[in-house]
Amino acid sequence: MSCNEKYIKKIHDYLDGDISAEDESLLKRHLEDCEECQKHFHELNRTITLIRSAERMEAPDHFTENVMNNLPTEKKSMRYKRWFKRHPILVAAAIFFLLMIGSLSSTFNQGTDQLVVSTQEELVVDGDTVIVPEGVTVQGDVYVRNGDLLVLGTVNGNVTLFNGELLDAESQLEGGGLMASAGGVNGELETVDQTFEWIWYHVKNFFKGVFTF
Amino acid sequence: MEQFIKKKIIQVKKGDQSAFSDVVAFYQDKIYQHCYRMLGNKHEAEDIAQEAFIRAYVNIDSFDENRKFSTWLYRIATNLTIDRMRKRKPDFHLDAEVKGTDGLDMYSQLASTERLPGEEVESRELQRYIHHEISQLPSKYRSIIMLRYLEEFSLKEISEILDVPLGTVKTRIHRGREALRKRLRHV
Repeated sequence: MSCNEKYIKKIHDYLDGDISAEDESLLKRHLEDCEECQKHFHELNRTITLIRSAERMEAPDHFTENVMNNLPTEKKSMRYKRWFKRHPILVAAAIFFLLMIGSLSSTFNQGTDQLVVSTQEELVVDGDTVIVPEGVTVQGDVYVRNGDLLVLGTVNGNVTLFNGELLDAESQLEGGGLMASAGGVNGELETVDQTFEWIWYHVKNFFKGVFTF
Repeated sequence: MEQFIKKKIIQVKKGDQSAFSDVVAFYQDKIYQHCYRMLGNKHEAEDIAQEAFIRAYVNIDSFDENRKFSTWLYRIATNLTIDRMRKRKPDFHLDAEVKGTDGLDMYSQLASTERLPGEEVESRELQRYIHHEISQLPSKYRSIIMLRYLEEFSLKEISEILDVPLGTVKTRIHRGREALRKRLRHV
């Protein structure tokens, strides 16, 4: 390589497409004059052509299959994370629902065993039983929780019972001889016994509330 | 094709594992070939190429879709081949640099007396011969020559794949070309 290193460098720059127009014309002129550099240039060009013709290879059979069989199964947590990212509204709804159930069950659990009665003065409490005395008319809704209700008089309103039942006036009055009709409820009677129904009742009320707006 | 791959990658990111098989099928020959040329051993090449695809799958979330997937994939594959070469027995390596020289190694010290191809070489034999000559290059030149002329990456992309400054890529491709020129001049 007797010729100027400078030109060899320029040849490489040219091959990399990294040469200024000025240098390029300089190189071209030099190549026309210098046989040595010309030979070098041709050899390099030929080398590149030869490299490009090198043997091509194909991946072994079933390569893709093998890769796919060896992929790690996604971690479950990852799958959930991905799912959450893709369904933000469902996630929000689920969280909302959970919180609601949580708050409902906490109200449900409050004072589980205590008898709770609505505040009408006419109601008489006898142990676990709430009595609407005979001949008395109770105004407004009656609400009894964790107790039974015996209606001898009349309730002018809805009756709601939680964890309790409406006692049959007949059986209570057996000893009392023949009685005319028992009292009545002039309104809806609703008995709620189980947690589920309790929740259902609240959800219903909640939505009633929402939709009245 | 770029668009097709891009679409598949997005599907894979969303958790569609089966979309990845199209990606593998598209790149398998290229990546396998790349690994084979780097390692010179079919068994190892298959091993490493598989590993490269698996790594790509596992780390797919860290891939930025706005960039070229092939560059990213080759980078993974190249790093794995380099690791594998390092782990090989620390025998005497011909392509270890000779101390006190810049980029020179024992190959350059050897007289080029390798067998010459016959005059009427069949083209397949010639291709094999060229492959052999490329495989004799020191790995740092070999990887660049391969990426440039067999995989047709630009110098800038090569600098990204190998994580080497652009200037170094240029120096190495010059040297690699010169080395091959000497080896292939008699063909």
